[in-house]
Amino acid sequence: MSTETTKDESFENSHVLDPAATADSQEKITDEITSIHEAYRQEVVSGKKAETQPRINFAPYRSSLLRHPTKNLHHVDPETIELYSPAFGQRDVHALESDLTIQHNGEPIGERIVVAGRVLDGDGRPVAGQLVEIWQANAAGRYIHKRDQHPAPIDPNFTGVGRAITGPNGEYSFTTIKPAPYPWKNHHNAWRPAHIHFSLFGTDFTQRMITQMYFPGDPLFSLDPIYQAITDADARDRLVATYDHSITSHEWATGYNWDIVLTGSNRTWMEDEEGDH
Amino acid sequence: MSQAPELKLAPTPGQTIGPFYGYALPFEKDNELVNQANPNSIRLHGVITDGKGEVIPDALLEIWQADENGNVVSRDGSLVRDGYTFTGWGRTAVDNVGHYTFTTVNPGATEDGKAPFIMLTVFARGLLNRLFTRIYLPEDTQALANDPLLSSLTEAQRKTLIATREEDGSLRFDIHLQGEDETVFLAYPRES
Repeated sequence: MSTETTKDESFENSHVLDPAATADSQEKITDEITSIHEAYRQEVVSGKKAETQPRINFAPYRSSLLRHPTKNLHHVDPETIELYSPAFGQRDVHALESDLTIQHNGEPIGERIVVAGRVLDGDGRPVAGQLVEIWQANAAGRYIHKRDQHPAPIDPNFTGVGRAITGPNGEYSFTTIKPAPYPWKNHHNAWRPAHIHFSLFGTDFTQRMITQMYFPGDPLFSLDPIYQAITDADARDRLVATYDHSITSHEWATGYNWDIVLTGSNRTWMEDEEGDH
Repeated sequence: MSQAPELKLAPTPGQTIGPFYGYALPFEKDNELVNQANPNSIRLHGVITDGKGEVIPDALLEIWQADENGNVVSRDGSLVRDGYTFTGWGRTAVDNVGHYTFTTVNPGATEDGKAPFIMLTVFARGLLNRLFTRIYLPEDTQALANDPLLSSLTEAQRKTLIATREEDGSLRFDIHLQGEDETVFLAYPRES
């Protein structure tokens, strides 16, 4: 035993030099994901309602372990301030902020894309005149963030931050560069699928959400504990944009469509109900 | 209240804010709903901690509240922060020791007898979806006693939602994502 201990702590063992070598393997993470998903499918077969949101308690995403409430969310009827949302407008956001390729002196490197769609509420009504914010890595998988130390190049012509105000039909459109996957430290050899972060507001602040949009056919989907924290396959698909040739423009950019559905407004039906009395 | 109607469309799932929002979402004066020079301004502050009681240095918080008279305003200009327009909404990234500060006003009661509260949304790396809660003002004990949400909680749970008034008039509200003093987080109708 004593010789083994010595060997473990010797620098001839690569894991002493490489802390990541002692981390969990992708296989272990994938096994954990598979078993949670299997248990979920059994629940659905037994009649449980399909889940639409990620689990907040999802151990394969290691950072979630100490950062999720252990008690059930407390159901409450929304009141007053909760039935409204902050207002944003043209005063807050310049029209050019939706083009992430013109923020510097030169053209960013990478595949120019347009991501366009609509923001709707759970009743299918467009969310008009509301703020949409996005941020993303560049075409090499690097964020302009001081804590991102991934040794991929920074693009001096790409910051990766955009804003827009939705149009009268809830429509938005961003011109940007297709982001690349990037490594992270959840487990050994962990890579995030390429994604764009989206921040959204509705007509009620209870509809506030932040999420991530993914690209179709990404080979990293099944390996990623953040994406797979959504146990329901149909729900996961809702985060994947669709390639849309009608958004693609001749000799300029390829196009993706992604519509976002917020939860339901409570103000409308509660007001209607008050009106009934 | 009767049953909330079913949604017509399935909502898009949320995802974690991740670690790299810091160059994207914060903006100048994002946590100043009013100017510090405003004689009615107060400081709302606290820390956010995890299940081991350790501070969380990578969380983003947003508040949404009525004005001092209990009016819910609908004014744009939050991202511009001209120093004159109260929009009721603020955002802040916590600092390296998990501490946050907003400069705001005490919200008034939106209806007579209602307990005033500030709505809070929490985003963090490691948190797979946003959390909602309420920050109640501590003063109107009668209104607090009559509040439907607080009345449905245990004494220990109630305490997690009522801010403490400090000597200088600041409101102190700590957020515990997990653990013994875990904050009560809320679910609303029509989420799925």
